[in-house]
Amino acid sequence: MAHVEPLFVASHLHKRFGHQVVLEEINLAFRQGEVSGIMGPNGAGKTTCFNVLTGRYKPDRGHVRFAGEDITGLPPRTIARKGISRSFQLINLFNDYTALENILVALPEVRDRGFNMTQSLSRDSAAMDKAAEILRQVGLAGKEREPSKMLSYGDRRALEIAVALAPRPRILFLDEPTSGMGTQATIRLAALLAEIKRHLTMVIIEHDMKFLFDLADRISVIHWGQVIAEGPPAELRANKWVQASNLGKLA
Amino acid sequence: MTPNRTTGEGLVTRPMLVLFALLLSLPLWIERVGLYQYLGIEIVTWMIYALGFNLLLGYTGLPSFGHGAYFGVGAYAFGLVQLRLVESLWLGLVAGVVAAMVAGLLVAGLISHRRGIYYALMTIACGQVFWFVSVKWHSVTGGEDGLLNIARPTLSLAGFSVSLRANLALYYVAVAVLALTVVGLWRLVHSRFGKALQAIKQNEMRAGFVGYNVWLYKCLVFTLSAGIAGLAGSLFAMAQKSAYPDVMSLHSAGLIVMMTLIGGGFVSFWGPVVGTAVFFLARDLLGAFTETWLLWYGLMFMGIVLFKPEGIVGAWQDLVRRRRAGRGGSAGFLSRFWS
Repeated sequence: MAHVEPLFVASHLHKRFGHQVVLEEINLAFRQGEVSGIMGPNGAGKTTCFNVLTGRYKPDRGHVRFAGEDITGLPPRTIARKGISRSFQLINLFNDYTALENILVALPEVRDRGFNMTQSLSRDSAAMDKAAEILRQVGLAGKEREPSKMLSYGDRRALEIAVALAPRPRILFLDEPTSGMGTQATIRLAALLAEIKRHLTMVIIEHDMKFLFDLADRISVIHWGQVIAEGPPAELRANKWVQASNLGKLA
Repeated sequence: MTPNRTTGEGLVTRPMLVLFALLLSLPLWIERVGLYQYLGIEIVTWMIYALGFNLLLGYTGLPSFGHGAYFGVGAYAFGLVQLRLVESLWLGLVAGVVAAMVAGLLVAGLISHRRGIYYALMTIACGQVFWFVSVKWHSVTGGEDGLLNIARPTLSLAGFSVSLRANLALYYVAVAVLALTVVGLWRLVHSRFGKALQAIKQNEMRAGFVGYNVWLYKCLVFTLSAGIAGLAGSLFAMAQKSAYPDVMSLHSAGLIVMMTLIGGGFVSFWGPVVGTAVFFLARDLLGAFTETWLLWYGLMFMGIVLFKPEGIVGAWQDLVRRRRAGRGGSAGFLSRFWS
């Protein structure tokens, strides 16, 4: 059988801040159509890893490839335009905009004509419909006109994901999507991501082990700036490294 | 805070009509209230400048504390065309705008990868460079004296000619330029470009992560804003019949910030217009009573920044909202007037 390169590959990534080595030797591969999980204790380097993968930081060493193309060190805007989107651990929205406007400005057809200085965006009914549809997908139908800063925490989390979905990415990186959410909101989010999973490759950093083990096809464990274990959730529960790093109990 | 974007997206709106009617009729009544014709030119010129400045500050969240430089470059360019090339209104205006845009683009290219306090400090530093050049480059700028005896050229358009030597004629030209600026900027801030600018203001990082070239947008809006400042500077050179370094000083650049903030540029398109009118009326009305009018104006600025940072228009919007809440219904026209 011919070897098929995974959709997204990070190899030998190294990142340091001053004397602090955050990523020592990170090797990750995310396959098309799968949900990949990343877990690890606080300070393990998970978010830094996301930031390197999505262009916020340049790696000191190593390479990142997406769909066969080397995207190492490209700025976030270029990476986003290639079909890579992300959400943030701390909610990161356009706070003065309504929920609908948050989605509108992130739509590729709006963004790509962003230098148009005469056409009013509110008269683009096709874009408005698309934005409303994305809000409906994440359970925010009926809240299109609400200022995003007035939404509940759970709704803002959903909007955070919706903004990441709006550019119609090929791969979606979610950084701790359940962070700060209650049980019911987490259940709703799990159902939403299970739905998104059907048509999108996802990579999720998560501390909620049940959430991640239920959703992910494969999980990588990062500790001390390295990938110390990886595999399907069932295998990972029994992994000695995971047990040793105390994450097994949580799972 | 971002200026209200949800209402009144037509080409010409009711506040515009009210403003234009007020300005067109101003020569008929301004002397009856104890003021003078020339004040109208000053107010309108600075309104243009403030509206362009607010594109940067209010809509994109970029604090430029050296914007006087582009106003001054526009004034000098207009003056140099009249004194060294040819007496021509159109060529002078084009030169003023283009020179200011080139100066703005040079600065924007240098500073647009910065944000916050570093961005603000860089605008001051660059503004001071322009000021210094205007003082020292005697052969071109006339040094500290500036360019004097700049002609007010004749307006020629479609076979129609009128001399601008009289203040009244120049005033109506300034009003026409303001009208075009208002309509153009109103269109721009409600366009896709305007939406992108406001997104960058609200969350520069997220805008980058959804694919916007933030640096390019910041560069472009700074250049546009500088061009509008240059347009205002050209009118200023005509009005004053001179161009001098003082308009490029930190003090002068600070005035436009104060006007924009006092009016409410952060919450309304019309904030800079209101702020400019308030400044000049304060100067002339308070100034009639006391030489220390700027002290009182400064205190008013401090009071607004401390207690109502949304400015005069923000206070108006709050008042209307409270009235609407009190009546349990819509305040209709009032609630949308200053959007």
